Amino acid sequence: MPIALKRSSTEGFWWRWLWLTPLVLFIALMAGTAIGETSIPIETIFKVLANQLFGADYAVDRIDAGIIWNYRLSRAIVAACCGTGLALAGVVLQALLRNPLADPYLMGISAGASTGAVAVAVAGVGAGVITLSIGAFAGAGLAFGLVILLAHAASSGTGGGRGIQAAGAIILAGIAGSQLFNALTAFIITKSASAEQARGIMFWLLGNLSGVRWDNVWMAVPAALFGLIICLWHRRALDAFTFGTDSAASMGIAVRPVRGLLITTMALVTAIMVSMVGAIGFVGLVIPHAMRFIVGSRHTRLVPAAALAGAVFLIFSDILSRILVTGQVLPIGVITSLIGAPAFALILIRGTRTR
Amino acid sequence: MKITAEQLTWRVHGSQLLTDVSLSVSPRQTFGLIGPNGSGKTTLLRLLAGLRKPKQGRVLLDDRPMNTMRQRDIAQSVTLVEQQAETTDRIKVRDVVALGRTPFLSALRPWSHQDELIVAQALKDVDMQHMADRFWHTLSGGERQRVHIGRALAQQPKILLLDEPTNHLDIRHQLSILELVRQLPITVIISLHDLNHAMECDRIGVMEGGRLVDTGPPRDVLTPYRLRQTFGVYADIFADPIDGSQVMRFRSAV
Repeated sequence: MPIALKRSSTEGFWWRWLWLTPLVLFIALMAGTAIGETSIPIETIFKVLANQLFGADYAVDRIDAGIIWNYRLSRAIVAACCGTGLALAGVVLQALLRNPLADPYLMGISAGASTGAVAVAVAGVGAGVITLSIGAFAGAGLAFGLVILLAHAASSGTGGGRGIQAAGAIILAGIAGSQLFNALTAFIITKSASAEQARGIMFWLLGNLSGVRWDNVWMAVPAALFGLIICLWHRRALDAFTFGTDSAASMGIAVRPVRGLLITTMALVTAIMVSMVGAIGFVGLVIPHAMRFIVGSRHTRLVPAAALAGAVFLIFSDILSRILVTGQVLPIGVITSLIGAPAFALILIRGTRTR
Repeated sequence: MKITAEQLTWRVHGSQLLTDVSLSVSPRQTFGLIGPNGSGKTTLLRLLAGLRKPKQGRVLLDDRPMNTMRQRDIAQSVTLVEQQAETTDRIKVRDVVALGRTPFLSALRPWSHQDELIVAQALKDVDMQHMADRFWHTLSGGERQRVHIGRALAQQPKILLLDEPTNHLDIRHQLSILELVRQLPITVIISLHDLNHAMECDRIGVMEGGRLVDTGPPRDVLTPYRLRQTFGVYADIFADPIDGSQVMRFRSAV
């Protein structure tokens, strides 16, 4: 019998659709720049971009130019990077830990970041020298370190199939670490915060892009690109974890170093994003699942798809957060969860029906 | 390729699962591993596959100690088909088998036509080519087992380790898998529950309480004494009138 050859098309996928990525991203960025409390015609945006990037000399309204360049464009770029970073972190954690509920904040990162931010903003740690972002980053790093140490202690010495396996240990340690740092946050707030401070912190925790400027862009873009490159480089390793760590090892993956590198990278990317814009929920959980549903679970497709979808989703969530209530900016986390939760429910229902 | 185990010992949390196991399987031999539940067959296969580092002793591939090799190099020669490896991912049969090419690919060495041919052949070998586009979660237990073996074959191993591959299979596929495995021009170590299947191996080894208590040709090893001592059954052994091969008839538990 002749062997039926059918190209699995996984590799061809790249080249057929890759050209769309910059286009979609560009359109989303332009939308993020044009739409807001005052709508700005796309023509004006192009003029401002030409002035800034290529030294052209179009006549534009100074205020419009300021809104576009200093406020909206940088904000849209940072939103895109956060979306990419969080979605990729979700992809990686769900793949490695074999747990569909894994998300970027699983390892205590958001809890640690909020503790750090609160310690700086409310308790006055750092005496005004340390910014909220640095405090949040330090807190995230500390929490992640603790969680990994705990996971290591809980899983060391166990062989395959017996005791707590490494993936389970990380999840349990993450829950313990998050609870600890959430308790610390609540402790600091109740002890020393005024009602107004508490509200400010609350707002920040739910995700807030209004403070974003160009110097944030220079952090966010490299972080997102770094995460993307690491994921793409290890896309086959991520696939090899489909049937668990033993199966990955018997297909030649050095499980411990690869898993350590990927998780640490994603924790770092997440911590950078959280320290800039707060803990934006649901992106890292929903986007990977939604993309798996659309492009399948092989990471050659899933990684680029999730990176793009995360970016676009956050740009549009940010637009909504600015225009939904007139005269007021909602925390972006409220929007992502309001859209994300029903979308997730829909995926769950449709996903089970096709079984 | 030859695989040798020298005085392997393995323990977890103080319980000794493997004690002083030494074993050598020559190239192209099919070696059957038998023993009651919990006798250490799976643990031994994991050590032989390089998934765990032995607490004492070592494993050699030809004459090369496994602990000096990278995981990727090991996986280009040896692979293990686990007993029950499951996933909740929506993944197609063809893509599972394609995972077997992982140790030969890298971020810079892309998927090629050659890989495509190998995957197609592996699908054919395990009689799954007509289901290549089915999703994993739609398969039966036996079909999943065959896909896992297909994945291992796509890895083109020189040593194939199989942990009770005939579990979940109907009798037709049990026999076809065993026949396929025996015909492979590579070294095979296979753990088996069905002792009559073990009769078809070139050599077998008997595990008991983490020790390898006997090795040799099946006829010499599977004696009424051994069946009573290790497996706890009274059995008679007689010759099949059709081809003269040995058949076991199990009478009762000890």
